[in-house]
Amino acid sequence: MRNPAAAIQTGEHSGHETASNQAFGFWIYIMSDLVLFSVLFATFAVVGGNYAGGPRGKDIFDLPYLFGETMLLLMSSTVFGLATLAAQAGRRRAVLWRLAIIFLLGLGFIAMEIGEFRGMILAGNRPERSAFLSAFFTLVGTHGVHVLLGLVWMAAMMCQISVRGLTVPVRSRLARLGMFWHFLDILWIGIFSIVYLMGVA
Amino acid sequence: MFGKLSLSVIPFHDPIVMGAVGGATLAAVVILALITRYRKWTYLWREWVTSLDHKRIGVMYVILALVMLLRGLSDSILMRSQQAFAAGGSMGYLGPDHFNQIFSAHGSIMIVFMAMPFLVGLMNIVVPPQIGARDVAFPFMNSVSLWLTVAGALLVMVSLGLGEFSKAGWSGYTSLTGKQFSPDVGVDYWIWAFQIAGAGSILTSINFLVTIIRMRAPGMRLMQMPMFTWTTLFTSILMVFAFPVLTAALFLLTLDRLLGMHFFTNELGGNMMMYVNLFWTWGHPEVYIVVLPAFGVFSEVVSTFSGKRLFGYTSMVYATAGITILSFTVWVHHFFTMGAGPAVNIFFGIATMLIAIPTGVKIYNWLFTMYRGRIRFATPMYWTLGFLMTFTIGGMAGVLLASPPADYVVHNSLFVIAHFHNVLIAGTLFGFFAGYSYWFPKATGFRLDEKWGKRAFWCWLTGFYLAFMPLYLLGFMGMPRRMHHYVNPAWHPWLIVAAGGTAMILMGVLFQAIQLAVSIKHRHSSRDLTGDPWNGRTLEWATSSPPPPYNFAKIPDVNGIDAFMDMKEKGTAYREPDRYDDISMPENTACGLIIGIAAFVLGFGMVWHIWWLAILGTLVIVFTVIVRSWNDDTGYTMPAAEVEGIESRRRELLASAFAHAEPKEGYEQ
Repeated sequence: MRNPAAAIQTGEHSGHETASNQAFGFWIYIMSDLVLFSVLFATFAVVGGNYAGGPRGKDIFDLPYLFGETMLLLMSSTVFGLATLAAQAGRRRAVLWRLAIIFLLGLGFIAMEIGEFRGMILAGNRPERSAFLSAFFTLVGTHGVHVLLGLVWMAAMMCQISVRGLTVPVRSRLARLGMFWHFLDILWIGIFSIVYLMGVA
Repeated sequence: MFGKLSLSVIPFHDPIVMGAVGGATLAAVVILALITRYRKWTYLWREWVTSLDHKRIGVMYVILALVMLLRGLSDSILMRSQQAFAAGGSMGYLGPDHFNQIFSAHGSIMIVFMAMPFLVGLMNIVVPPQIGARDVAFPFMNSVSLWLTVAGALLVMVSLGLGEFSKAGWSGYTSLTGKQFSPDVGVDYWIWAFQIAGAGSILTSINFLVTIIRMRAPGMRLMQMPMFTWTTLFTSILMVFAFPVLTAALFLLTLDRLLGMHFFTNELGGNMMMYVNLFWTWGHPEVYIVVLPAFGVFSEVVSTFSGKRLFGYTSMVYATAGITILSFTVWVHHFFTMGAGPAVNIFFGIATMLIAIPTGVKIYNWLFTMYRGRIRFATPMYWTLGFLMTFTIGGMAGVLLASPPADYVVHNSLFVIAHFHNVLIAGTLFGFFAGYSYWFPKATGFRLDEKWGKRAFWCWLTGFYLAFMPLYLLGFMGMPRRMHHYVNPAWHPWLIVAAGGTAMILMGVLFQAIQLAVSIKHRHSSRDLTGDPWNGRTLEWATSSPPPPYNFAKIPDVNGIDAFMDMKEKGTAYREPDRYDDISMPENTACGLIIGIAAFVLGFGMVWHIWWLAILGTLVIVFTVIVRSWNDDTGYTMPAAEVEGIESRRRELLASAFAHAEPKEGYEQ
């Protein structure tokens, strides 16, 4: 996905043209990923009320804890905005330490999510307990795996920036990572509202 | 260490399966030996396997499709002969489990590993030159898509000899495909083959959306694009929306099977019909994904061989758009009998009937294009005429099925089989065959033999009617689909006729193989020197056959529909540019192949619960992508002098061709 046809069109087409094709292609990818998540949301909507005698959302969700988790992810998205500004200004060191902060915030989010899942499973509320729990773990977990992949990408990105500097292809990749990260943020807002807030209501 | 895998999973006890395994293995060994004998490994590696050239990738897709067509066809021969024998007290010659695997494999292969690679292959060969581009937007991603598709197909083939394939039909309804009723690996093979090929399809759709929207030649507005490009655009839109639904549905099914979750089980809150809804949310658009490009082929063929601009171009575009949108609103017609109630059923019934309107617009457009045209009856035109007649019958049967009360009567009967083969063979497959013979000279540089092509067409056409018209009757007579054996003697004669039809289709395929062999043998006398063997109208015919790696030395300027015909009429078609420029080309890479192999390893590990192997496959994929992303400079520059050399040889060929040829109609040379 990342290397497309560096300047396959000569002359009139520059590296910026390639970067804008890549950004457009990545928007389409995000759309297809959104379709995948909408299936998971729809499945949650259909079977999420089937508790099969097991716990309900309000029995197992810890909203203050989740508020902390949410803040980590939202903060990281804000910092990504700052990192993008720094990239546009060509300030490599600023980009690097801002990415490092985002990475730590993302890692914290993942750690808190694993902690939440672990607590539920230890309490006997495993995904195979009911359709509600299956749908819950799958929807939230799939988002978590996306965040994890984003972290891998970010680590690779930080290496590239420190070795290569902010070249045109590197900036194009960073811009797409930014799109991906904000996308995960928006998804989380959906998850937080529909799964958690409506779950305890 | 090896999960559920052991030597006992090889079906030694079944002579028919072992025969198929032996045959497939023998064919593979012979091919590998021939490659070694003629020292073609380096050539294959450099020119094909690692190539990022969209034309090469397209040819490899079509080869994959043709190979899988043979596999799917042998499945259908087994099914039809089984049902021709297994009447009255007879059990036929196939075991029930084997029979179930055969019909499941037939459907899965024909849709996902025959139709999909065939259409993506044609898209790859045709769309970039048709819009005056030098390649697709993301050539490396294109190679990844190809090898992911091959990896999926390979998983299906491996299931023949190691373990078994799914016995639950190509649609894999739950809860039959759940752990409780299908504990074996068959369903897992089906899941992972679809999953891996599906990922390839999503990448393909992104690639072609960006290519068509961003890389058209200067001056080519959307409403001036050739129809095949339009249908590719709409098919890509369908793919990008529909395939993630399949990915998600199969993912949830995997979680049910692997981790004991309850999405589609019948206990602890699972909902089986949720799966059926999700499957057809992909599955119905999928039939339009495979048929729209065929409509595009027919549009190109009809207009070229009638020597006229396509009738009703604008209405054709809007009809295709209408079908694209409507295709997402009809999925419930696959299971009216779910019992959603009359209000829901009538909504989906009416939506289904509405699709007949844009489709009818298309049929009339093709007819009016031929009206008062000077029709040349070449092989592509034969397929098109066969399609027009036959597809219309299949479409009518579809309108009938769209009515819920009628559907209740014939639901799950052979009537449904007859209907969808009537539209898929006559629509999709005939379309791809038309495209195959139409663009074969463009891809290879020589024409296919017309005589054998027409013989193959007649066998296919009569074979189709013989094989599937009886199935309409059998449906009315109450025969369900997927029957291993039956007791009603009244069905027997019709099933024998159907088996005869399948034999006829086998003849057609045999003739197509002969056609290919004869054409290759006579390739020197049937060479396409001009690059324009049919007096074509669109830009892909403006360049040589096969096109140079860069397609166009100078990107053409476009100002109208049928850009190449326009140029020929103005006498500017073969004008030499003032000067040649350096051209950047993508460099070959093995990364696509490596990702494909790793995906196969991942799928194989997941099927057999060999977790370390699955993790290894995943890590190799992630690692390869990261390594590849470090390579900023992935192209090489073809110097202007080299371009000029290629182009001057092309001009010599053109000059000699025009010197010998009679003047073509419609334009001066």
